[in-house]
Amino acid sequence: MTERLLEITGLKVHFKTDDGWVRAVDGVDIGIATGETLCVVGESGCGKTVTAKTILKLIDMPPGKIVAGRIGWRGRDIVPLSPAEMRDIRAKEIGFIFQEPMTSLNPVYTVGEQIAESVRTHEGLSRKAAMDRATEMLRLVNIPSPQRRVHDYPHQFSGGMRQRVMIAMALACNPRLIIADEPTTALDVTIQAQILDLLNDMKEQLGTAVLLITHAMGVVAETAQRVVVMYAGKVVEEAPVGELFANPRHPYTQGLIRSIPRIDRAATEHVRLEAIPGTVPSLLNPPLGCRFAARCRYATEACVAAEPPLREVAPGHKVACIL
Amino acid sequence: MANYLLRRLLIAIPSLLGISVILFVVLALAPGDPFGELTTNPAIPPEVRANLRASLGLDDPIHLRYISWLTAMMKGDWGYSFVSRIPVDQLILQRLPTTLAVIGISQIVALAIALPVGVYAATRPYSIFDQVANTLAFVGFSLPTFFTGLVFILIFSITLDWLPFVYRTGIDASGWRWWWEQFRQSIMPIMVLGLFQGATWTRFVRSAVLDVIRLDYVTTARSKGLTEGTVTMKHVVRNAMIPVVTLVALQMPAVFGGAIVTEQIFRVPGIGSLLITSILANDTPVIMAVTFVFAALVIFFNLLADILYGWLDPRISYS
Ligand SMILES: Nc1ncnc2c1ncn2[C@@H]1O[C@H](COP(=O)(O)OP(=O)(O)O)[C@@H](O)[C@H]1O
Ligand code: SF4
Ligand SMILES: [Mg+2]
Repeated sequence: MTERLLEITGLKVHFKTDDGWVRAVDGVDIGIATGETLCVVGESGCGKTVTAKTILKLIDMPPGKIVAGRIGWRGRDIVPLSPAEMRDIRAKEIGFIFQEPMTSLNPVYTVGEQIAESVRTHEGLSRKAAMDRATEMLRLVNIPSPQRRVHDYPHQFSGGMRQRVMIAMALACNPRLIIADEPTTALDVTIQAQILDLLNDMKEQLGTAVLLITHAMGVVAETAQRVVVMYAGKVVEEAPVGELFANPRHPYTQGLIRSIPRIDRAATEHVRLEAIPGTVPSLLNPPLGCRFAARCRYATEACVAAEPPLREVAPGHKVACIL
Repeated sequence: MANYLLRRLLIAIPSLLGISVILFVVLALAPGDPFGELTTNPAIPPEVRANLRASLGLDDPIHLRYISWLTAMMKGDWGYSFVSRIPVDQLILQRLPTTLAVIGISQIVALAIALPVGVYAATRPYSIFDQVANTLAFVGFSLPTFFTGLVFILIFSITLDWLPFVYRTGIDASGWRWWWEQFRQSIMPIMVLGLFQGATWTRFVRSAVLDVIRLDYVTTARSKGLTEGTVTMKHVVRNAMIPVVTLVALQMPAVFGGAIVTEQIFRVPGIGSLLITSILANDTPVIMAVTFVFAALVIFFNLLADILYGWLDPRISYS
């Protein structure tokens, strides 16, 4: 089998703190094929952002450190690459969309300048040509009167519009993969749907692969082809989206699915949303064995004794649980 | 923008008036009399003294004196020094260029130190460089200028005998030699002021850069594949300059205040030493005029700070 576009294996990223090493990402395998949409889902603090940023080496090192693992990008490992080699991959091959549209744009430059900046860096376009590209990108992401808006500053845009600008920026160099780290979490519900639609649209028009990070199962259902469920720095389940919702194997995944707000049920039957009780364990000294054991209703002694490996239970469906 | 400037200048008028009233009253209430010496001099008959006082309007009630001072000022008549009988505006114009040159150059020195050191230290927090820079900045900022001034004189003028320690107005040389002498006698006051401000601003630049460097848009810039240098200069420093520039402009009045002390130590014939001698001599017209010039400078630099702030930050609009 030829390697996929992105093939992360055994990735471990730890952070040095005053209290010791925080094992934020502790053995993660993620693969994305060309043009595919993969969702990474998990509660806050599970290591999703660290995983995503590590792909472009955007975490602060130090305190961060890639302790182990391989990040295969188009067949070569990018972990040992020099900063200069990483710069050639950023924006040009992999675009990144951040969670906070309100703070992710520099307030002192026009959005046009900020989009043009990456085009000029990677394609050596003139100022004029780069600004034309920026205008074109704004039109692509459905920002009204792009010719005028390209000269506006970020504070003149709403949150949703800024996220469109971020998408335009990430797509400007026509990358093969876009990493979107909770792109809708900071937005109003109505705007969230629009941004997800836009991402899906772009992906279909441009054939870009998408790595979408989210903590909301509802978003997964709407966008993903394949899903990776992360818990406490580890992958606990991976499956095609239909299979995952039809047949969730890990108790954590089951809990996440039960916590999806459902308008039809909630309104008529007054069923409370079922949140998973408890919180993500400290990644400073993660528990031995299954990290979900403390919150799992099926936990047994065997679960705590040894870490359940990720095993394939059906074609393309892997789970890390002894059940 | 022009509108805004006009409005700000109009607002400045009542402030200046207020300042002048307060100054005038304080000086009038202050003990001491410009004619103190005449009073004790038995050779001057009392009626001559009284005539002199009357001719200068010194016995009028305070509000009348203030109004006559104000109307004269408005007409551009700044009065005469009681002591030297030289017109006050002429006195100030004689002294101001020296002060402006010393302060101006010392501030350039200060920024030339603070910007590179502060930015470099902030991009490598807690490195050896950062720690050394921090310590030196702390020392420089804690030592008062009168102390460093004396230490400089002790080392460079007395022990090493490299530099003159009294500033001379008339240098009997021309061409390159004149500039060389001018440089030799200015270097100590400039360095004393420049190092002190440089230390203060290094700390400020460092913390402003540290505040910006962790922000999301810096990561965004990095994710675009820009070089570290471009990220630092274009995205970090450019934004960190907003508070720094404002602070520098707002600190200028304090810098002028500090310059008074330094001028005194090195006997620089600037506006600061003019103020001190006029205070010692109870020379009211000069004191009023010099403090008034300082007040105008404060207002000017406040305005400048506002303008620079709006110029650097597109989120600010003048409407
Ligand atoms: N710079 C850092 N220093 C120390 N710990 C960090 C740092 N960045 C992230 N972490 C830790 O890594 C863990 C995972 O964080 P993150 O990837 O942001 O989670 P998620 O995106 O899934 O909400 C958290 O426990 C967080 O405290
Ligand atoms: S391994 Fe055990 S504790 Fe962990 S999820 Fe499965 S059943 Fe629960
Ligand atoms: Mg996150």
